[in-house]
Amino acid sequence: MKAEKQILRFAQDDKHPGILSAAWTIARKDLAIEFRTRTAFLSAMVFALLGVTIFYFAWDPTAVSAIDLAPGVLWVIFTFSAILGLQRSFGVEQADHAMDALLAAPIERESIYLGKAIANLLFVIGVEAVTLPSVALFYNLPLGDSIGALAGVALLAAVGIVAVGTLFSSMAVNTRLAELLLPMLSLPFFMPIVMSSAQISARLLSGRPVSEAWPWLRVLLAFDMVFVVACTFVFPYTVEE
Amino acid sequence: MTKDDLSERGFDWLLTAGFAAVAALYVRAIWFTPIEAMQGPAQKILYVHATSAFVALYLAFGLMAVASVLYLWLRDPKLDRVAESSAEVGLAFTSVVLTTGPLWGKPIWGAFWAWDARLTATLFLWFLIAGYLLMRGAIEDRHTRARYSAVLGIMTTLLVPFIHLTVYMFRTMHPMPIVLKPSAMSMSTEMQLTFVPGFFAFILLFAGLLRFRYRMATLRDEVLDMEQAR
Amino acid sequence: MPDATLAHDGQTPAIHAEALVRAFGNRAAVDGVSCTIGAGECLALFGPNGAGKTTLMRLVAGLLAPTSGTCRVNGIPIRSGAHARAQVGIVSHASMLYSALSARENVEFAARLYGMRDARAAALEALDIMRVRDRADTPVRSLSRGLQQRVSIARAIVHSPRVLLCDEPYTGLDEVGSMALTQALEERRASGAALMLVTHNIGEGLALATHAAIMQRGTFVRYERRGGVDAGAYASAYRALVAG
Repeated sequence: MKAEKQILRFAQDDKHPGILSAAWTIARKDLAIEFRTRTAFLSAMVFALLGVTIFYFAWDPTAVSAIDLAPGVLWVIFTFSAILGLQRSFGVEQADHAMDALLAAPIERESIYLGKAIANLLFVIGVEAVTLPSVALFYNLPLGDSIGALAGVALLAAVGIVAVGTLFSSMAVNTRLAELLLPMLSLPFFMPIVMSSAQISARLLSGRPVSEAWPWLRVLLAFDMVFVVACTFVFPYTVEE
Repeated sequence: MTKDDLSERGFDWLLTAGFAAVAALYVRAIWFTPIEAMQGPAQKILYVHATSAFVALYLAFGLMAVASVLYLWLRDPKLDRVAESSAEVGLAFTSVVLTTGPLWGKPIWGAFWAWDARLTATLFLWFLIAGYLLMRGAIEDRHTRARYSAVLGIMTTLLVPFIHLTVYMFRTMHPMPIVLKPSAMSMSTEMQLTFVPGFFAFILLFAGLLRFRYRMATLRDEVLDMEQAR
Repeated sequence: MPDATLAHDGQTPAIHAEALVRAFGNRAAVDGVSCTIGAGECLALFGPNGAGKTTLMRLVAGLLAPTSGTCRVNGIPIRSGAHARAQVGIVSHASMLYSALSARENVEFAARLYGMRDARAAALEALDIMRVRDRADTPVRSLSRGLQQRVSIARAIVHSPRVLLCDEPYTGLDEVGSMALTQALEERRASGAALMLVTHNIGEGLALATHAAIMQRGTFVRYERRGGVDAGAYASAYRALVAG
């Protein structure tokens, strides 16, 4: 009886959480699960490293120099290993219908999307933090001054990839094709990201002035803005019944 | 269902007219339109290529985009069927664009595929529509399918400007292999008399196919309703 | 004719469903259900598989949009937004837990979603009520089915909801678990919560109920005050209805 009374007291001073604090709660939960299991991160990391090495042997080093090859390798691997992480994002909610508990909670649908997206973003950044140095190492890149700018581009790219990928992940888990559908839906959407990021990083790595990369940077920024807003807005339509 | 209804479904005058018009366009383009001086007979593919591209990119795709937005707003299953039908018909026309383009390109550019900006963008559109239709096929529940399709339709609409922009930027910022650019092609009156009516022929065919496909979707849903009601 | 107005006088009913209909395609899973459950009342809902009990529960929880009709919880239409869902707790046949997280983390996560200030303490209290506090730090995946069910119930009651929806909550529970659940539900009801309890076990259901209903093909075919209804007589009446 004592416990019951205490709980009732809790119930009275509640105010349900705002969009961002609920999103952060969900993101932290997802990260805790990922930290506990580590399966997705480890497999994405190993996948990325494998990709880096396989790509090297898929080209003729006497015909194409490593520095010309590296930006392409980097961005192709980023996107593909990001998809590995995104696959699992809504699978976690589906296993024991935990999604129902999220939908029944007094939080906005947008919080669910943003929370998932934040967790995915940190996941992708984690993978990027491993891939970028290893590409630099294996391909002998003169990172030097461009490392900061390159990391910035990687972050912008990650935002776009995650914005679109999180939305499609929530849709793909509810289809018969599940894992197969996510790459099919999202890769065409990643095309502008891969293209502009590769263009920017190629210019950065070859020491060209940043102004030359500006038109591509604008595309990347516009993509992020359009799709973060659009995906947050349409996400509720993918979870209602 | 009345008898009239059935007979109307038996003979589709719109679709027949569409096919007849396109057949007439072929006849006129092949036998009654002069051969272009610069490009030779290959130029004649333009009467099919440009018209299909117009239908696919503007009519089919535009209709799919509008129907998707309206579906999320009004929740009318008819709108979902319109989106579904225009996507599928659009995929057919996009495929025509993607086959006729390289066929024309081989004699003109010397290669089937030269990463021409418009063709590349069309190829991406083809991927997007194919993904859209694949997703539709992978969802059992009709309402979920309609909602997801509408969401994907809207997302695709937002993506298309980015595809066009990046593909064009990629081309202009990179010296591509030299290709003959027949941009300022002047058409004789004879040619224009084939080219312009060609659009109407293809629009007619599009309308016929769309209506045909839409009716098929309606019938399919009616059958499902009857099965569920049992 | 079932009595549809059983609310406490002068009070907003905790659950008020009006002509709820939910169709899947052409088939109405819930076909015109109206009911009112007041604070401190418990509706036990019986019915064969596929009668629409789970769909009704999901409609009341706001997880499904009704095809027509409305459902109000504490006077607020449940589909009107996040705040309407704050006072509802739900136990369903799926555990709704994350198997990689511990029992406490799961319940604490739920408490946070409901905006509880001291989420950890609330989670431990709820686990205590369901007698699983000693397993609080065990990952859910290594708990038995019955213990998982207890954690799932703790998750549903952690925010002391004024409306508690339970879909077959006794499934998989052992004796200790069943007793803990019955006690928890009884205490919740006594403190003014409204309960909706779906079960196949008529004895268990009636033990807690103030009202009872039998659902068949999407509608209530019997709906009455528990009053002096005898469990045995009710069970045979139920069998006659369902068979017939």
